[in-house]
Amino acid sequence: MYVYVIVAVVILALLGFVLLRGPKAPPGGYESTRDADDPIPGGSGDGEPGAGSGTGSGTDAGTAVDEGPRIERPESVNTRMARLRGRLAKSSSVFGRGLLALLSRDRIDQDVWDEIEETLLLADLGSEASMDLVEALQQRVKVEGTSDPARVKAMLREELLKLVDPAMDRSLAVDRKEIAPAVVLVVGVNGVGKTTTVGKLARVLVAEDKDVVLGAADTFRAAAADQLQTWGNRVGVVTVRSENEGADPASVAFDAVQAGIEGESDVVLLDTAGRLQNKAGLMDQLGKIKRVVSKAAEVDEVLLVIDATTGQNGMVQAKVFSEAVDVTGIVLTKLDGTAKGGIVVAIQRALGVPVKLIGLGEGPDDLAPFDAEQFVDALLD
Amino acid sequence: MFNSLSDRLTATFKNLRGKGKLSEADVDATVREIRRALLDADVAVPVVREFTASVKERALGAEVNEALNPAQQIVKIVNSQLQEILGGETRRIRMAKTGPTVIMLAGLQGAGKTTLAGKLGYWLKSQGHRPLLVASDLQRPNAVTQLQVVGERAGVPVWAPHPGTTSEFDDPTGDPVQVARDGVAQARAKLFDVVIVDTAGRLGVDQALMAQARDIRDAVDPQEVLFVIDAMIGQDAVQTAQAFNEGVDFTGVVLSKLDGDARGGAALSVASVTGKPIMFASTGEGVKDFEQFHPDRMASRILDMGDVLTLIEQAEQNWDRAEAQKMAQKFADQEDFTFDDFLVQMQQLKKMGSMKKLLGMMPGMAGMREQIEAFDESSIGRIEAIVRSMTPHERAAPKILNGSRRARIARGSGATVSEVNQLMERFAQAQKMMKKMAQGKGIPGMPGMGGGGMPGMGAGGAAGMPGMGGMPGMPGASGNKAKGKNAKGKKKGGSRSGNPAKRAQENAAASSKQKAPSGSAFGQPQEQKQKQDLKNLPQGFEKFLK
Repeated sequence: MYVYVIVAVVILALLGFVLLRGPKAPPGGYESTRDADDPIPGGSGDGEPGAGSGTGSGTDAGTAVDEGPRIERPESVNTRMARLRGRLAKSSSVFGRGLLALLSRDRIDQDVWDEIEETLLLADLGSEASMDLVEALQQRVKVEGTSDPARVKAMLREELLKLVDPAMDRSLAVDRKEIAPAVVLVVGVNGVGKTTTVGKLARVLVAEDKDVVLGAADTFRAAAADQLQTWGNRVGVVTVRSENEGADPASVAFDAVQAGIEGESDVVLLDTAGRLQNKAGLMDQLGKIKRVVSKAAEVDEVLLVIDATTGQNGMVQAKVFSEAVDVTGIVLTKLDGTAKGGIVVAIQRALGVPVKLIGLGEGPDDLAPFDAEQFVDALLD
Repeated sequence: MFNSLSDRLTATFKNLRGKGKLSEADVDATVREIRRALLDADVAVPVVREFTASVKERALGAEVNEALNPAQQIVKIVNSQLQEILGGETRRIRMAKTGPTVIMLAGLQGAGKTTLAGKLGYWLKSQGHRPLLVASDLQRPNAVTQLQVVGERAGVPVWAPHPGTTSEFDDPTGDPVQVARDGVAQARAKLFDVVIVDTAGRLGVDQALMAQARDIRDAVDPQEVLFVIDAMIGQDAVQTAQAFNEGVDFTGVVLSKLDGDARGGAALSVASVTGKPIMFASTGEGVKDFEQFHPDRMASRILDMGDVLTLIEQAEQNWDRAEAQKMAQKFADQEDFTFDDFLVQMQQLKKMGSMKKLLGMMPGMAGMREQIEAFDESSIGRIEAIVRSMTPHERAAPKILNGSRRARIARGSGATVSEVNQLMERFAQAQKMMKKMAQGKGIPGMPGMGGGGMPGMGAGGAAGMPGMGGMPGMPGASGNKAKGKNAKGKKKGGSRSGNPAKRAQENAAASSKQKAPSGSAFGQPQEQKQKQDLKNLPQGFEKFLK
């Protein structure tokens, strides 16, 4: 039995060694993306982008324009903001209630620091960011020589705000380019609410009088395309989808962008299937989607959807997705629960990717722009 | 940033080495590292607090074991504490004595309930049961459709009398309680023996939906209420688990998305806060990716220490005993490892499943995680093609491979000559390492093997397979790392510590380092040093000496 195990493990180690450094692409990389005898894509339309739809209008196969009996007019941006502000304010006006009790002592001792750190940890900020923050705070307290807990509280808020950086550009690149529509790719792990986010985002854009096309590039999850199409139909937006399950998502995405170009739309929103970031094959697929879409029109915005309940793994998600498709913004969903979503602070700190939108509830118009101050207040609550 | 606990503890323990007893300050420093490791694994803050407190207490308390050195003591304590919380035994589903067994699923939105219903159905079916899925999620758009598709994939019938909502804009009309009740009645009538009720996902704070879940529960009186929770969940795990525990009083937990790279500290949080056992783990997107949960192994995962136990189990199941013995004999006789052996072993490995999974289970692989993730399974095929393009003679004596032979092999396998060269190079290195290991009086770094059985196995594998760290056959991990650590060590030698005891220790360390020849990253110097150290250390601790 021992012999067994030893051999097994030793061999595995050896193989691991040989394989992990196994033949890779030649050191200089391949000169071209395809072998000499590969058929040339593009013109003839038989390459990967046009797959399935042939030439010409890529929309015919899967486009479903169901101009239902009534097309809703989504809530306008102004009233929406007012309503959501009110909702957030409810919880955050009592900023730092927990901390307040603690800091109302007259002296700052180790317990206070521990509590502060714990508050940050509880918000999923992560151990590194939390500890650094507390350290910075301690430094400042020392320098200023203050022992007033109220002042410390203010400083904590300042420090956090500095981390979140309200000055950062959080606008979405959704304006039509000269010849092509803006393309927004929505990515994320399973179950974070990508499809819902795309649907809600479509409503926001329609409310801004933009001409939107949806692309259901989630060809894996059962009924995902139906779900997206329902969102689209409600606001009279075209949804490009594939009729058969398991179609190549890159091809669907390409068709959607083509439809956007032909229809002279302003924005094309692409929903993708959820994928765990450690599945290399699926991440490659995502890279392919972006590459293929770029052949029709540049991808302007890649939104990573992160569930507010996500813990430290969110960091890994952001990193890996950034490597694959260069994430430009984060959508933090499910903030209406008890979770605070502090991981995005750590993500922004490490990768510089800002949160652009937050999802606050199950209602169709519950998607709001990110507001740094409100977010920080909520973190400390 | 994502160092494993073992790496961190190794760093902390560097200073402890040589000390016979743990001072309170030592324990404090170590406990701080443990705390950070747990927090990075998303274990909830209150649970971490409790956990570290009891570790500290035990480390300082009466449990001081003379036979173990301080570092081992701590690892042992941490591991046993983890297992204590996670629960020792794998719990199975309670079956109803009469009539159909009802299993209800509850959990947050997006936790993976509907998918899990299919997997559970498939699993039960393969166990010889006749399951029925009941679509009581009338809330989420298309949840019913999804369950039907999932049921179809799993080959399990679905009871869905109500179409549910098909969009976010329909108001849910059907009565999920009635659907659940009818489903159970249906199962009784049609002689299904297990009913799986899929319910709507809800936020912990949503009272209305929680009440609905409660009603469903009361209506169908399930034998098991399974709480499905995402392995990626962060600090919110505690609140969510508490809300659901109060709401539906679940009987077991299912950890979903465990195939991701989250460390799954939530498992510890939930188990600790509610005291309910974790019963299943969902590990992929297909209906078959579902397994019984092994609490003892989770401890290793949370601590990021590899999962040798599963590895050994799989090896045992799949490894050809005769082959293994032949290999071991070769090893003992210090025969060359040839390409033929390589092929045979590769076949064996293939039977054990995906290379990625296997490599991930090895302890000490944390540092190579990125490489593992980037590893392309198909490259095994390419390597095999190269080897198979060699003549038997070439396989036995790779040295005869000259330029023209290499060119022929490259042509035959569709690879480039440089790929063949790379493989040859790495193979030669592997051969050398193999020899070195064989020469080292058996296998260096595995001294625990001969005597005391398999230490660490009893401890659930978290304490590690003895000798893994000492195994010089992992140049990618231990060799390079060792180099880095040596360099660090030297720097440290330069600055003298103010503490006399520490200084003496440092001097000793420095002088021993000077003795070690520099150079080869492939373990030789490291090995010698390790062997010295190993004499002083009981089994199971070698991995910290990397």
